Amino acid sequence: MAVNLDQKLEKQKTIDQLKDIEQDYKYGFHDPEDEYAFKSEKGLTEEIVRKISEMKEEPEWMLDFRLKALDIFQKKPMPTWGNTEYLNQIDFANIHYFVRSSEKQGRDWDEVPTYIRETFDKLGISLLEQKRMMGVAVDAVIDSVSVKTTFKKQLSELGIIFCSFSEAVQDHPELIKKYLGSVVPYTDNFFAALNSAVFSDGSFCYIPKGVKCPMELSTYFRINTAGTGQFERTLIVAEEKSTVSYLEGCTAPMRDENQLHAAVVEIVAMDDAFVKYSTVQNWYPGNKEGKGGVYNFVTKRGMCRGVNSKISWTQVETGSAITWKYPSCILKGDGSVGEFYSIAVTNNFQQADTGTKMIHIGKNTRSTIISKGISAGKSHNSYRGLVKVGKKAENARNFSQCDSLLMGDKCGAHTFPYLEIENKSAQVEHEATTSKIGEDQLYYCQQRGLSEEDAINLIVNGYCKEVFNELPMEFAVEAQKLLAVSLEGSVG
Amino acid sequence: MLVIKDLHVSAGELEILKGIDLVINPGEVHAIMGPNGSGKSTLAHVLAGKEDYEVTRGSIEFMGEDLLDMEIDERARAGIFQAFQYPVEIPGVSTAQFLKSVVNSIRTEKGEEELNAMEMLKLMRKKVKELGMNEALLKRSLNEGFSGGEKKKNEILQMAVLEPKLAVLDETDSGLDIDALRIVAEGVNTLRSAERSFIVVTHYQRLLDYIVPDFVHVLYQGKIAKSGDKNLALKLEDEGYDWLKDEISVSSIA
Repeated sequence: MAVNLDQKLEKQKTIDQLKDIEQDYKYGFHDPEDEYAFKSEKGLTEEIVRKISEMKEEPEWMLDFRLKALDIFQKKPMPTWGNTEYLNQIDFANIHYFVRSSEKQGRDWDEVPTYIRETFDKLGISLLEQKRMMGVAVDAVIDSVSVKTTFKKQLSELGIIFCSFSEAVQDHPELIKKYLGSVVPYTDNFFAALNSAVFSDGSFCYIPKGVKCPMELSTYFRINTAGTGQFERTLIVAEEKSTVSYLEGCTAPMRDENQLHAAVVEIVAMDDAFVKYSTVQNWYPGNKEGKGGVYNFVTKRGMCRGVNSKISWTQVETGSAITWKYPSCILKGDGSVGEFYSIAVTNNFQQADTGTKMIHIGKNTRSTIISKGISAGKSHNSYRGLVKVGKKAENARNFSQCDSLLMGDKCGAHTFPYLEIENKSAQVEHEATTSKIGEDQLYYCQQRGLSEEDAINLIVNGYCKEVFNELPMEFAVEAQKLLAVSLEGSVG
Repeated sequence: MLVIKDLHVSAGELEILKGIDLVINPGEVHAIMGPNGSGKSTLAHVLAGKEDYEVTRGSIEFMGEDLLDMEIDERARAGIFQAFQYPVEIPGVSTAQFLKSVVNSIRTEKGEEELNAMEMLKLMRKKVKELGMNEALLKRSLNEGFSGGEKKKNEILQMAVLEPKLAVLDETDSGLDIDALRIVAEGVNTLRSAERSFIVVTHYQRLLDYIVPDFVHVLYQGKIAKSGDKNLALKLEDEGYDWLKDEISVSSIA
């Protein structure tokens, strides 16, 4: 298999730097921290929240939102579903809640500090190159602050707003005020409250009426500093008859201690609008003994507010020590459609608890759930999903398919489907399978000349095909490579 | 090409092959027949390298190399192809995709450049045409939902694309109707050449009407009880294996 990303890495002479660290996780380097412009004291207090808001020169209403959220966070208990054994070890007082990597967001590429640019080079996502080759607009968030947004001008000619969240607060307060928290209120859950109080940056995207965004929009997240939490927020608003495809990628350095990531993503889709949101999540998963790794607690939710609107989530989850993530759709508009396509891979000691909620409120709403779990090593992989059909949701349809693939005999796969049906006309189908990679399949592939590893990749890729098909081309290629890396050495 | 000497093979406690000697030269077609449980399929699997079997004694040399020292995939890349009795299904992987991965992994191993999607498709279409098969086969998930006949045809297609030095057909005729049998046999005949050898494992003489062997060996109780030319197969068809059993019991007493 040709590995473009690897070739790119070679080209950019970073192999030497990478040799020092474990090869398993090639995003494991970290930038010098003494070049940071600001790093908050550890711990979460009202003072810190005020400081964050002040440093970002936020208007009063924004600070108000944060303080209310902080209040909720301090009152809310830790969630109790899933495996909470590790969760209770998180010391929220021992986290830097805000780190600013450079004084200001570079308005020009040239103004972006060299070491940050080098980071992107190491990641193989040189912005300029992406810009040239793919025409993807990129917003990149390192630690807490959005560093650079490309393509802004071209997009703005169509009336599309694509900028960092901080900029949006300054430049488009009316939109932020209207939609922030409208899908995921700060009262929603523990981590959403935390995020709402301390979120540092993120992306904002607004597609006006009737506009089909001509390029993929992309956000790239990276945690760099030790002991930092990353709390970004993404808000996407798609007006009537607009269309947008949004990509999100993430990596983090290798650290022995755990890092916390608690993001919130909100999507609003009006009449006939279509939003496609694709994620390749590759936070550092911890080492083979289960030490270190990112705790990934993310609230992602889309509101199909308009008639015949559609929101489609696709995710490939390979990283993080612990992931709790349920990208969901509230199907409020009549005839609206929600989709969730997911691949979650866990190896070694990783734990993934992921799934979706499809809340049918409008008439003739439809949802599709395709979840593919792959567990190896001593990991645990759970699908947790809710399909809810409200009283007025006449003729709601749901199809769910949850497949689990086990590699080895020390891992676990679990499926927790919840159904709440309040309307008799609903049609809900659920299919679930659990399988092991068959020795017969391996033997067959090897007899044709494939190595055991290539055989596993081929079988796993075939198993995940329905989800890969949903990803944009270049993302699908990267995702397949990631899968191969994640499962390396998992058999035999 | 292939030299098997005094081959003893066990599966767990049970000894299945009890001293096989067999020499196959380039271009030869050898049919292996015998009653159920005589060890025919075991021989095919041992040549391919399946791990369920243990070679307790003897040797196998392939193209001058010690075959038993090679992994399954190494043997395949060296030119051994097994057409399976029960080809497995691999959901989500099309036949075309599968063949592309395999061909390119073999080419990479040999230090040759990989074929791109277009070149690969061209090659596969050519083979499909030569074998008189349906091109739709290429796009479908490998063996998933295939009929018995389609699965066996797919094996022959793979063989045609991979061009092995030694092809081992393990009861490829089982479960085939007469039309499928003909297509499979014609496929094999197209691939016969002075450099390529075949081992055809079968229960029935019927297949040998189409694939005419140079040699016929009868496997009985883990040994080659009798070897001959194609007439031996005809005799087995007429008289069954009983006369052979008598002959063996006589010879073992003597």
